[in-house]
Amino acid sequence: MNLSVNGQTIDIDADPQMPLLWALRDLAGIKGPKFGCGIAMCGACTVLIDGEPQRSCTLPVGSVEGQVTTIDGLANGEALHPVQAAWVAEQVPQCGYCQSGQIMSAVALLRDNPNPTDTDIDGAMADNLCRCGSYPQIRAAIKRAAKSQSET
Amino acid sequence: MGKILRRTFLIGTAAIAGGVAFGAYKIRTPYPNPLEDNLAEGESTFNPFLKISSDNDVTVLVPRAEMGQGITTTLTALVAEELNMDVADIKTEFAPASYAYFNSAMLEDGAPVPHFNRSLTAQATRTAMGTVGQVLGLQVTGGSSSTKDAFDKMRLAGCTARETLKLAASNKSGIPIGELTAKDAMIVLPNGTTMSFGELAKDAAQLSPPSDIQLREKSDWRILGKSVARNDMRAKVTGQDIFGMDVDLPDMLYATVKMNPRLGGAMIKFDATEALKIKGVVKVVDMTGPQEELFGGGIGVIATNTWAAFKGAEAVEIEWAKAPYPPNTDAIMDVIVKAAKTGEGDNLRNDGDVDLAFADAPRESIVEAEYRVPFLAHTTMEPMNATAQLANGRLDMWLGTQAQTIVRSDVASEAGVAEEKTFIHSTFLGGGFGRRAEVDVPRYAARLAKHTNGKPVKLVWTREEDTTHDMYRPAAVGRFRARMGDDGIPRAVDMRIACPSIVGSILARTFPSIPAVGPDNSITDGSFNQPYDFADYRVSGIKAPLNIPVGFWRSVGNSYNGFFHEGFMDELAVKSGMDPLEFRRKTMAKHPVALAVLEEVAKMSNWTAANIPGRSKGLAFNLSFGTWVAQVVEIAMVDDEIKIENVWCAADLGTVLDPQIVKTQIQSGIIYGLSSCIGQEITFDDGMVEQTNFDSYDALRINQCPNIEVTLLENAEHMGGAGEPGTPAAIPALANAIFAATGKRLRQMPFSKEVDFVS
Ligand code: FES
Ligand code: FES
Repeated sequence: MNLSVNGQTIDIDADPQMPLLWALRDLAGIKGPKFGCGIAMCGACTVLIDGEPQRSCTLPVGSVEGQVTTIDGLANGEALHPVQAAWVAEQVPQCGYCQSGQIMSAVALLRDNPNPTDTDIDGAMADNLCRCGSYPQIRAAIKRAAKSQSET
Repeated sequence: MGKILRRTFLIGTAAIAGGVAFGAYKIRTPYPNPLEDNLAEGESTFNPFLKISSDNDVTVLVPRAEMGQGITTTLTALVAEELNMDVADIKTEFAPASYAYFNSAMLEDGAPVPHFNRSLTAQATRTAMGTVGQVLGLQVTGGSSSTKDAFDKMRLAGCTARETLKLAASNKSGIPIGELTAKDAMIVLPNGTTMSFGELAKDAAQLSPPSDIQLREKSDWRILGKSVARNDMRAKVTGQDIFGMDVDLPDMLYATVKMNPRLGGAMIKFDATEALKIKGVVKVVDMTGPQEELFGGGIGVIATNTWAAFKGAEAVEIEWAKAPYPPNTDAIMDVIVKAAKTGEGDNLRNDGDVDLAFADAPRESIVEAEYRVPFLAHTTMEPMNATAQLANGRLDMWLGTQAQTIVRSDVASEAGVAEEKTFIHSTFLGGGFGRRAEVDVPRYAARLAKHTNGKPVKLVWTREEDTTHDMYRPAAVGRFRARMGDDGIPRAVDMRIACPSIVGSILARTFPSIPAVGPDNSITDGSFNQPYDFADYRVSGIKAPLNIPVGFWRSVGNSYNGFFHEGFMDELAVKSGMDPLEFRRKTMAKHPVALAVLEEVAKMSNWTAANIPGRSKGLAFNLSFGTWVAQVVEIAMVDDEIKIENVWCAADLGTVLDPQIVKTQIQSGIIYGLSSCIGQEITFDDGMVEQTNFDSYDALRINQCPNIEVTLLENAEHMGGAGEPGTPAAIPALANAIFAATGKRLRQMPFSKEVDFVS
């Protein structure tokens, strides 16, 4: 079957029931989305499908239509996406394992809501668990990214 | 285990058990530099921590696990300071497994003596313990010890390299060494011309370093003591495949295992017929290991992708045997309560005469309380995994581990390969918290690799397997009493604490031939070694006989003793009629470092000001891993639900190498502690853990996360750690705030059993 991931069409031989996460990771070699729980409870596997954040661990690959964007396709070559750049500026990651999911959720939030309040941030990011507790830095980075996007 | 390791560990256990110092055996022999055998073309090495290429690439070898604490940055900074380079200009690689990377600081700090006790006997015990780490070559990341252990070693690595490079430049140029300086990976001559480290490295590596080298004075530090941009940020925001989970090798197979959910129980039989019908499933194998490893029975499913392996494991029909412990939480807790009531234990603290103090105590002067905490899982964000390949007489392992040399010796014996033919390739860790110091998962991966005809196999646990097969933070019970003096200060404090022994559990599964004898100071760590002064003060630790696997969980014994001790101190403050801050000022008066963190946190939290209406504060103190911590938690009541608004923390770990990283680590520890006490518990039914995933075992989410402010002080004489000391005090500070708000004294975790939190 064909999937459109990060602007490229990829051809994989997958059971349509296989979650998109494992099709990406094991069959297509795209390792950005992480496995954390497998039941849509942690957000580590978050990808965008036509811009909407989705938990790829529970999404059968056969049902995927539209453009899939993963963290691997977020930067423009060497130039980081503004959200990634804000993440570096605020030194958000600790172990880093949850961060590709956090960043993808933040990208989706800022697209819909360029100036989120704390409450908006809490609402949009509560499904993304971080066992290292990087939440205060995540809040700061989202605000920083919002500011940098509004300036450009 | 190799024979030598076994023998030396016996000595180690003796030292652990009795604080026995042992002689010069092996101590003076330095380990060979493991880099020497594996240098690429043009590379030279100066010591196990540093290599330089002819292209002038300077690479620091990081021997510790990076699991969130920014260790690749701070360890590089130590070398960079002495090389006179910037952190950003130095490359890093994870070091191979080698005894040369032993950690002595962890064991020194783990000695059964309070941090503030610097008597000769206490120091001798510390040295003996540190020597155990050295003799065993324990390359471990734990005990919040990485920077402390590296502080001299890695500065010396940079300093000796710098001076030998200067010597080589002096030999070449004929200019006296004293007139040369190092800058930006160059040796600079007085006339301004330069010779690069790269062009000097080959010659320099052959020279003995000058003997009169001197580390840079603290007052001259350019990098250390300041916040440095972390060198792992880009990799961690671009989703690069840097974790064990992401390892990808040609012809790799995928696997998962399913072990008896009754931990350590056997497998009676299994039927793989249905599993083998699933597309992608290659093989189902019996994973039961030798009896003494204590992991029990189970199966492994090898497949062409992870999902097929997961589905395959679900489809295997298995009959499990019983658990080697009582089947449910009540029966398990009964064992611990009984130990707390009547068991015999050690008294790591025993000042004055407690029995005498209670013998004639008037009833109204006595305060009594019983506290308890549940088992807890680590739930690292990245589920357990490891990749193994056994081919051509060598074993290669790719994984994130907190214990490289222990893993190496274990998987080597598992695969029947010599340690010299066993190679550990370290990755980043998606969280460790102590869980990745265990050998079970690496061992399983090596076991699976025996079934794949030389192909690499990546073992990944489901979250369910991870949560239900942890080496848990033990459940514990504390029974306390105090006799108040006439001045309101407790005259006698008597604490009995019981839980399954962590050290005993770890020794039993990691070094099966060695009996765990002597006291396990982790049982009372955080109670026996606090800087309070009471005339009669006794803390007893009792091992509860339970075969549930328990292990190191962020801050270890402090994770519950912090709650026990500081919860009880708050009760005593109430009884004395004193403000909790004033109470601690009086009872820790002899320890200015403790007083300073208390005063600082009081200032930060505006402790003495009246509460904002609807809000309350709680205070707690803890000294762990050499770090003195005071915390205030402020809560708000929102429609009878508790919202944690603020946490203020003052921490003193003596010398701070990177303030931002340390603050973030303390913050991380606070959130980890709050997560645990708000709602986490591991319970058992029918011998099986009832919590399986984040739906039944959750942690703090961003919407529940308070504002957290951390201030670092540097009064302490000895260096402390950063990774764990944030955790212990957060828990009692919250409990004490809840008492202040509601009058309800919480003596049990999780608090959600008795109060509701805003979610
Ligand atoms: S792995 Fe998909 S939400 Fe956790
Ligand atoms: S940074 Fe480690 S889980 Fe979020």
